Amino acid sequence: MTSDTFRAPFAPGGEYEVDAEVARRLLALALERGGDYADLYFEYRVSADYVLEEEKVKAVGRGITMGLGVRVLKGDATGYAYSEDLSFERMAHAARMAGQIAAGGGAAAPLAIQPVVLPDFYPVAQPSLLMPPEEKLVILRAADQGARGFDPRISKVEASLVEQVRELLVVTSDGHWAQDRQPLIRFGVRAVAEDGKKRQSGSSGGGGRLGLDYFEGENKSPAWHGREAARIAIAMLDAREAPAGEMEVVLGPADSGILLHEAVGHGLEADFNRKGTSNYSGQLGNKVASDLCTVVDDGTLPSSRGSINADDEGNPGQRNVLIENGTLVGYMHDRLSAKHFHVGASGNGRRQSFRYMPMPRMTNTALLPGPHSPEEIIQSVKRGVYARRFSGGQVNISNGDFVFSLTESYLIEDGKLTAPLKGVNLIGNGPDVLRHVTMLGNDYQLSDGIWTCGKEGQSVPVGVGTPSVKIDKITVGGTEK
Amino acid sequence: MVRDVTAELREIAERVVHLARKAGADDAEVQVSDGTELTAKVRLGEPELVQEAGSRGLGLRVFRDYRQAVTYTSDLRADSLERFAADTVALARLSEPDELHRLPDPADLATSFPELNLYDVDSEPLDAAEALARAVRGEKAALAHDQRVTNSEGGTYSRVLGAVALATSGGFVGSYRGSYSSLTVEPVCDDEGGKKRNGYWWTGSRFVAALEDPEAVGREAARRTVAQLGARKVDTCEVPVVFDPEAGRAIVGMVFSVANGSSFYRKSSYLIGREGSEIASELVTIEDDPLIARAPGSRPYDGDGLPTRKNVIVDGGVLRTVLCDTYTARKLGRASTGSAGRGTGSSPAPTTSNLFMRRGHRSRAEIVGKTERGLYVTSMMGFGFNAVTGDFSRGAAGFWIENGELGHPVSEVTISANFDDLLKRIDMVGDDLILRSSTSSPTFRVSRMMVAGR
Repeated sequence: MTSDTFRAPFAPGGEYEVDAEVARRLLALALERGGDYADLYFEYRVSADYVLEEEKVKAVGRGITMGLGVRVLKGDATGYAYSEDLSFERMAHAARMAGQIAAGGGAAAPLAIQPVVLPDFYPVAQPSLLMPPEEKLVILRAADQGARGFDPRISKVEASLVEQVRELLVVTSDGHWAQDRQPLIRFGVRAVAEDGKKRQSGSSGGGGRLGLDYFEGENKSPAWHGREAARIAIAMLDAREAPAGEMEVVLGPADSGILLHEAVGHGLEADFNRKGTSNYSGQLGNKVASDLCTVVDDGTLPSSRGSINADDEGNPGQRNVLIENGTLVGYMHDRLSAKHFHVGASGNGRRQSFRYMPMPRMTNTALLPGPHSPEEIIQSVKRGVYARRFSGGQVNISNGDFVFSLTESYLIEDGKLTAPLKGVNLIGNGPDVLRHVTMLGNDYQLSDGIWTCGKEGQSVPVGVGTPSVKIDKITVGGTEK
Repeated sequence: MVRDVTAELREIAERVVHLARKAGADDAEVQVSDGTELTAKVRLGEPELVQEAGSRGLGLRVFRDYRQAVTYTSDLRADSLERFAADTVALARLSEPDELHRLPDPADLATSFPELNLYDVDSEPLDAAEALARAVRGEKAALAHDQRVTNSEGGTYSRVLGAVALATSGGFVGSYRGSYSSLTVEPVCDDEGGKKRNGYWWTGSRFVAALEDPEAVGREAARRTVAQLGARKVDTCEVPVVFDPEAGRAIVGMVFSVANGSSFYRKSSYLIGREGSEIASELVTIEDDPLIARAPGSRPYDGDGLPTRKNVIVDGGVLRTVLCDTYTARKLGRASTGSAGRGTGSSPAPTTSNLFMRRGHRSRAEIVGKTERGLYVTSMMGFGFNAVTGDFSRGAAGFWIENGELGHPVSEVTISANFDDLLKRIDMVGDDLILRSSTSSPTFRVSRMMVAGR
């Protein structure tokens, strides 16, 4: 595209430059009906995607979205409106619409606006969007060749690369001005293996708030991901029926953090606790997990998919301890819940885009390492399941029941990994499962950047991390009794 | 009165087709969409959110020498669109030629459009105050229905009005408007051990007059939530599993995920090569019908500009066809089934319109009554379906059936079977099909599945 720098039109020098005076006027309009607080959320997002299939780059796409979301708070109530048109007239209309939530009362004047000093957790020398597209096609082909070269039984390979730059500007009526530029890339390969009548698939991928330098990391090259997708597809050709019922389960490092994300993470987002609808409501200071468990949500990890310099309410990204040695010590907050619990911002107010109001959301959620070696953890299991790769999870916040789906898992028999198992679900209850964590590995890893979290119709990129984890009792949803 | 913008959208779409052709595209397709939303949410009687906004977007696909690019923009100013069209054509050179990347045969395009009644003028006058009032009524009824309802995730009333236009350089121009209104109520109960039980009920329709009363929605939401109190695991066992319509429609949706042209040519379906053979019990007929007046998933033309038609996917247990758009049909060497869906800013792909399992002749009571011991599933969780192999394993909640009657509530179990077995083991189909959402199902029973619990 000709707009070769991808700078937001609302940035200084842009076509719709927003300065403190414009922001102040809009905030004043938003508050004219008597709202307590208002904020403006300007967003500009450019994304591009490349898809390779049948050894050809079949599709190239690009999208540009831009808009302003205006939020007005009156008590616990939110008025929200947005506009894709950044002419002052349309922005003013959105501000007035959002302000209607407050029915009468004196208009508060916005405070003087001061820039918020933000850290930089993802300095990117060159966003991949600015790199020549041909380099990206080379990456896709390398992945395709990596997968096909792994085994002649690989019959289908798809590879995709999605890159994005998102610029945001948050201005609040209490005087904050925060700007961030968030690069993100996500790469994925999927391979299908066929052997006679049997067919299986495997996937691998990664990314983060990086440029194309992502692919220079260990086990991150396109060819490596291609081989890994192929390896899983081939391994699963021999998969057998998974067992059914309660048993010991060992979760491998990194991606098993999904368990954490589902089992405890969502339940500690303070909107549910503010409303008293989470099973962690009113549990601060209580023992909610085994002593081994310390859980943090950390938006400050360098270049990780879930990291944020600023959250979507303009607060700096932070590291927050949620569970310390088994005791619940904190929730993740947005502005509304922080006010309710009389605590400061935690840097967890996130939103999918300017079309949505912020909510408490996770960033990178991690279970910190423990004392055991991964070998001794597996050796301790007589009969159970070892879970390595996952396709996703889901939780019911109220009762704490969660599932997560294994795409690569193995039977453990007498302390050894034996047969690969067909895709299977684990189901458990968040607080129960964390009490059943009996061993924790010293092999902590952060997941590669592939995970997206959905909540109430809004998707945000997140990270997860864990060491190997032994759970002494959880239900495995196989078909073999 | 909400202004009808379809003519304006058609004009923009045709203009951008022209701009793309001028910039060097062999062919171009443009979809423009326009929508307004009003969402009002209350919690414990107080307003929690009022969201009102309108939005517009334009998606462009160009072909040049059988190479394609697909782009999206929300910036619809005239000079921006000119640059956007030129940039998209330039982008196409990055992709590789695929001779199937071309427009449908002009002779196949829709030239007349059925009147499907997809837009309700009576849903226009709603304002935020009235939306809040309906949400309050729904939630209040839930809280009043049973004193065990102790909390609430709220009541939400939402209305969407939209218009969409599609124009292609192959000569197709079409547009239509749609409306949809809904009310959802989500009560919460306190259970033993600090657990909460949440539930919900909802009503939704293109026509506001067809919505259930807010009070009825609230009472049903309360009834469903309270019924879960004391839910527990059951012992691991292999038993018959009854799917209620809400859980059953997820199963019907999965049938589509393995019976479409995309999953077939991408080798991502265990049903490849099975057309014309039995893939389900003879009680199972699944169809996709875009031509049902007023129904939520209906559409007068498909995303390629082809006429839409009813397709019977599974007929008495036999796989008759898989749903295809133009591209996937060409990949498979056959004709499109007129099933292209198209998001603004994405390529067409096979999608469902109104997908449902045809009703059987048994009442729900009869199905439960004939089940001596089994699981009645009301909701499922998770993503445990492998389309390539058909392995199915999902979290489930519902009720235990003992001696032909619904007994204690059940949660924290999984249900598993290979999907091929699951469909073939459907041995009873209910008569309670209601087309409330775009994928629907009657109650049905699977004679045997593994239930994993304790």
